[in-house]
Amino acid sequence: MKKLILATTALAFSAGFALADGHATTVRMGTEGAYPPYNFINDAGEVDGFERELGDELCARAELTCEWVTNEWDSIIPNLVSGNYDVIIAGMSITDERDEVIDFTQNYTQPDPSAYLALSADADVAGGVVAAQTNTIQASFIASSGATLVEFATPEETVTAVKNGEADAVLADKSYLAPIAEADGDVQLLEQEELIGGGVGMGIRESDGELKDKFDAAITSMKEDGSLNALIAKWEVGAQF
Amino acid sequence: MFSYCTDPDTLSGLRWLSCYLTTAKHAGFYWSFLTVLTLLAITAPTALAFGFGGASAARSQFAPLRWFGKSYIAIVRGVPDIAFFLFFVIALDQAFEWIRHQWKCPDWPDAIRQGNDFVVCAAAKLPLGTAEQWVHEVYGFFTAVLTFAIVFGAFSANVLYGAMRAVPKGQLETAEAYGMTRRQTFWRVLVPQMWVYALPGLSNLWMVLIKATPLLFLLGVEDIVYWARELGGSKTPRFTDYPHGDWRLWYFLVLLVFYLCFTKLSEVVLERVMKKLTRGQATLGGTT
Repeated sequence: MKKLILATTALAFSAGFALADGHATTVRMGTEGAYPPYNFINDAGEVDGFERELGDELCARAELTCEWVTNEWDSIIPNLVSGNYDVIIAGMSITDERDEVIDFTQNYTQPDPSAYLALSADADVAGGVVAAQTNTIQASFIASSGATLVEFATPEETVTAVKNGEADAVLADKSYLAPIAEADGDVQLLEQEELIGGGVGMGIRESDGELKDKFDAAITSMKEDGSLNALIAKWEVGAQF
Repeated sequence: MFSYCTDPDTLSGLRWLSCYLTTAKHAGFYWSFLTVLTLLAITAPTALAFGFGGASAARSQFAPLRWFGKSYIAIVRGVPDIAFFLFFVIALDQAFEWIRHQWKCPDWPDAIRQGNDFVVCAAAKLPLGTAEQWVHEVYGFFTAVLTFAIVFGAFSANVLYGAMRAVPKGQLETAEAYGMTRRQTFWRVLVPQMWVYALPGLSNLWMVLIKATPLLFLLGVEDIVYWARELGGSKTPRFTDYPHGDWRLWYFLVLLVFYLCFTKLSEVVLERVMKKLTRGQATLGGTT
């Protein structure tokens, strides 16, 4: 009973604040800002990309005020659980390992096949040296395959490693590598692809069930009216729903 | 910025470059130089104050204070910087929030630690969840200053501790013979004379501090190295008006020049300070 009263008072208070400020609660969205087309910093120095548009739309539907912050990929989960921001929206694939530490909303992209980018079509991805970003599904996939894994802190560095010959190929989400292969004549996508990961979702603290439900509902509504598919098509981030 | 920048695809050469270098993103890069300089300007005196406090504590007559000073110096000097910057800041932030939580929300029914999560009531959040982005950035900046000050304070405490012991004993005995109290001897004789012995060590620390500023990015502050990496990385035409290859080398060359100029300038200034401090001292430098 006491809890109930407290919760009601808290709710009443926050509602009061919200009214006084003229806007709803502020939710801080943490992203990496270095993984186009999902998220990147545009020429104006702001977070842009598929997830920026998606996140803004989701916040509008859930009636939340959202603030964008960038954080290094390596420490993106520790900073979420210690409360420096409220949501991770950074092209993070839903995996069991991560699910033990944080919660995920439903996926907002289909599982995107991971592709290899290499200098030549006959690169040895089974026994050679393959680059991947640290703490990604691709890194753990290569670690358990026969190839030698080299890890880098940023996606950019993994591609550079292939270009300067440090690695035979790089494994990453196909939607990240495709524009690079398109723009750069030296590198190409291999035909072989790996189906790993369960789609990308928003990471939310386990204790923050209410926020998770709000975003889940917003994602469902975007899936239903087709606006999510339109965004996926616009930014070319894999298959539609 | 310039009127001809509306369609960068049609530009080439210097005109393209002038547009490229004046994008809003580059403004972030230029601001970050100011961030680094401000950090140094605030951190250096703060660290020196920490060092002075630590050194004075370490030579205190009062045993617990002495133990505190000595263990501060020993522990912080022994822990690798990177571990300090990765974990200490999160711990520091959580400690602040925990204290505020106890004070502001004593009736909070839930646990603060819920599994992996650290959850305090909304009023105890630092800064408040509703605060503007710049408040978060300023707060991040000050935790950075505090962390740098604690780390470099320990090193400078050791330098100052040594410097205090290097002041000729005869000076202190003379002060005592004049009837000065311990406190008077400390402030009027020991402190003015110790700087000349401390300066070489402190100038080393200053140089190391300048070069340690890239650790800022670990603390979530967007510093010059972050921007150089971000701007220099190759850009595909789909996501920017100014596509280019891997230009990190050029950006890092700019940083190299910046750091070299800055350390050179510091050397010149420190040399002058040294000259000033050695005048009239009973050292080799003072006699010439």
